[in-house]
Amino acid sequence: MKEILEKVKRVFPLQNIKKQRENLYFVETEKIHLVSLITNLRDINGFKHLVLLTAVDRIENGVFQLTYLLNNDELKIDLGVRVFLDRENAEMESIHHLWKQAATYQRELREMFGINFSGSPRVDKAFILEGWDGMPPYRRDFDTLKYSEETYFPRPGRSTNDPAEYMKQKMYPDE
Amino acid sequence: MSKEHTEKRIVYSPDGEPIEIDPIKDYFEGGRPEIRNPRNGIIEKFANWARSESLWILGFGTGCGAIEMRPLMTPRFDAYRFGYQWRPTPRQSSVFVISGYLSVKTLKRVIRSYEQMQNPKFVVALGSCTINGGMYYDSYNTINRLDHYLPVDVYITGCMPRPEALLAGFDHLKRKIKEGRGEGANKYAENFDWYKANQKKIIKDWDIPDYNW
Amino acid sequence: MDTIWIKLLFSLLTIFIVLNYGLLLQGVVRKIGARVGRRYGIRWYQPWIDIIKNYAKRTKITHGIMYYIAPAFRLTGGIGLLLFMPVIYGTDMFSNFSFTGDLLLLLYFQFFGVLGMALGAAEGGHPYSAMGVSRGLAQVTAYELTLTLGIIAIAVQYQTLSITEIVAAQQGGIANWTIITNPLAGIALMLAFLAAMGRSPFDVVIAPQEIPIGPPTEFHSGLLGVLQLNRAIFPAAKLILFMNLLFGGATDWGTLIIKTFLIYMWSVFVGVAFPRFRVDQSIRWYLFIPLIIGVLAVLFMKF
Repeated sequence: MKEILEKVKRVFPLQNIKKQRENLYFVETEKIHLVSLITNLRDINGFKHLVLLTAVDRIENGVFQLTYLLNNDELKIDLGVRVFLDRENAEMESIHHLWKQAATYQRELREMFGINFSGSPRVDKAFILEGWDGMPPYRRDFDTLKYSEETYFPRPGRSTNDPAEYMKQKMYPDE
Repeated sequence: MSKEHTEKRIVYSPDGEPIEIDPIKDYFEGGRPEIRNPRNGIIEKFANWARSESLWILGFGTGCGAIEMRPLMTPRFDAYRFGYQWRPTPRQSSVFVISGYLSVKTLKRVIRSYEQMQNPKFVVALGSCTINGGMYYDSYNTINRLDHYLPVDVYITGCMPRPEALLAGFDHLKRKIKEGRGEGANKYAENFDWYKANQKKIIKDWDIPDYNW
Repeated sequence: MDTIWIKLLFSLLTIFIVLNYGLLLQGVVRKIGARVGRRYGIRWYQPWIDIIKNYAKRTKITHGIMYYIAPAFRLTGGIGLLLFMPVIYGTDMFSNFSFTGDLLLLLYFQFFGVLGMALGAAEGGHPYSAMGVSRGLAQVTAYELTLTLGIIAIAVQYQTLSITEIVAAQQGGIANWTIITNPLAGIALMLAFLAAMGRSPFDVVIAPQEIPIGPPTEFHSGLLGVLQLNRAIFPAAKLILFMNLLFGGATDWGTLIIKTFLIYMWSVFVGVAFPRFRVDQSIRWYLFIPLIIGVLAVLFMKF
C-alpha cells in the first residue's frame, strides 16, 4: 500500500494521506486530477473494483466531499479517494466510462445532493424521488422536519420522549 | 407534469392508416368511483357475514411491516383458520394491508392498487408510521397520515405490531364489517375530490388517470 | 315429453349434489393439507363462504364480451363433462344424457374450458394471463396424450365407446374392475389423473402465488365466482369419470362418494408429498414414462 501511494504521489498531488487501518487508506486530491488519478489506480495499480461513490455535505466549509472507494482484490486493500467540490454549482466529471455502475451512483447523487455529473447516462431521470422539484433533500440546509410538516399533514398531539429517560422513570421512579 | 408514455399520439398501421392513441383512456379508462349503497335488511347482513369471514388480503408488502404478515401463514399463527387468504392480484382481494411506512413513490402504487380492488374493500393500516409518521415523522419522503389519502378501516399500533396484534386487528375489522360499518369504498367515492387533492399535492409526477376503475 | 322435463330436473339435481360435494372435497382436502403441514387449516365450509363473498361484491368491470363468456365456457366444460356421462350406473335418471359415443365427447370436454379461458384471459389485457394460459395449455396437451392412450386401450378392451357399457362390463366384484383386468391402461390413466386434477405437483399454472395467478388474474367478483363453481364441479366430474372407467362405477350415491373420495386421495397424497414441477419439467415427465406406459397399454390390447 505504502509503495503504491509513494509511486502515485510522484505523478499526482495527494494530500492528507490517512491510515485508517492496515488495509484501508484515505487520500485527498484535487478535482481536476481525480479522473486521471482513478484511471491510473485502476489500470496500473490494480484497483479494479469501485466499491462505492458517496458524498458528504460539509456545509461549514461550503463544500461537498466526494469519496470514491476503490478495492484492489489481489492485495486485498481499499483506498478511498476524496475530492472537494464547491457547494455552489457543484459539478464533477463523470466516471461512468471506467465503471458502468458509477452511473447509478451519480444519478442518485444528482438527485439527493444536486451534484451535476454531466455526460453520465440517464443522470437527469428521477431515481427515487419521482417528480421532486425542490431543493435536493440530502443537502444539510434542507429542513426535513419543516418540509414534512408543510407537506404531509402532521397529526396533532404527537409527543416524543427520550427513551433512556423515559424508561428510567418508568422502571425506577424512586431514584 | 405528464410523461411521454401518457401523452396522446398517432401511430400508423401497415396500410398507412392513422390510429389515434390516448393511453390514459385506452389503457386505464378514467371516470369516477360510484357510490354503491348497501341493500337493506337480512340480505346485506348475510353478505356482510360472508365478507367478514372470507377476507382476501392483497399480498403487497408496502413497508417493513410486511415481515409481520408472513408469520400469519405459518403453523404458529395460521390465519387461514379465520378465513384470511392471500391473493396476488388486487382484483380479487378485499383487504389491503398497508404494512408500515409509505414513501411517496410507494403511495402512488398503493393508490392504483386500491382503486383496482372491487367495491366492498377494506384498508388495514399497520404500525405507527401509518398513523402519525412514527419514527419517520420528519422524513422528506414518507407520509405522516394515511387517512388523508385512503379511507382506513382499522389501525394497528406498534412499531412493529406483533402478529398477535395483527390477528386482533383483523378481528376488529371483522366485527366492523358485520355491523355494516365497513363502507370505506363508498367513503372514498363520496370524498373523492378531497382524497385526490391530497394525493396530488404530494405525488408530483401524476402520470396515471384520476381513477382507474 | 314428460321424460325430458324429468331428465332436466334430475340433471339439475345432479349438478347441485356434485357442486356441493366438490366444494366439500375442496374444504376437506385443504384441511388435510394443512394438517400435514401441522396447521389447523381452514374451516371445512370456507369454499362456500368464498363463493358467496365473491357474488356479493358490489362492482365489477369488463374488458369486453369474451371476458364475460370465458367463465361460462369454463363452467360449460365442467357441467358438460358431468352431464354426458352416467353418474349413477343402473338408474335412468342419474345417467343423465349419456349416449353410446360419450367417451369421445368427454375427451373434447377436457380441453373445452381451457380454450375458453385462453380467449377470455387474452381479452383481459393482462400480459401474464396469456403466459399463464399458454403454460396451462402446454401442460394439458402433455398429459392429454397419456390420457387418450389409456382411454383408447380401454375402448379397445371393451370394444365400445359408451361409458355405460364399460361400467356394465365391470360389475360383479373387484376382480372385474378395469384397474385389475387392464393394469397398464389403469396406471397410464392414474398418472394422467394427477395432472388432470390440477393439484400439486402439477398445479403451477393455477397456483395463486406463482408468477401470474394464471389465467384468472383479471377475473373478479361474480366472474371469479363462476370459475370457483367450476373448480368444484370439474374435479368432481373427473373423479366420477375415472371411477366409471377404472373402478367399476357406482350404483348409489354412497358408493360414489366413498369411491371418488378415495380416488381423490391418490392425487392429494401425491400432492402433499411432492413439490411443484415447473411446466417444462412436468411436460418432460409426462412425455417419458407415462407416455411409454400408455403406448404399451394400447400395444398390449393389440396383441
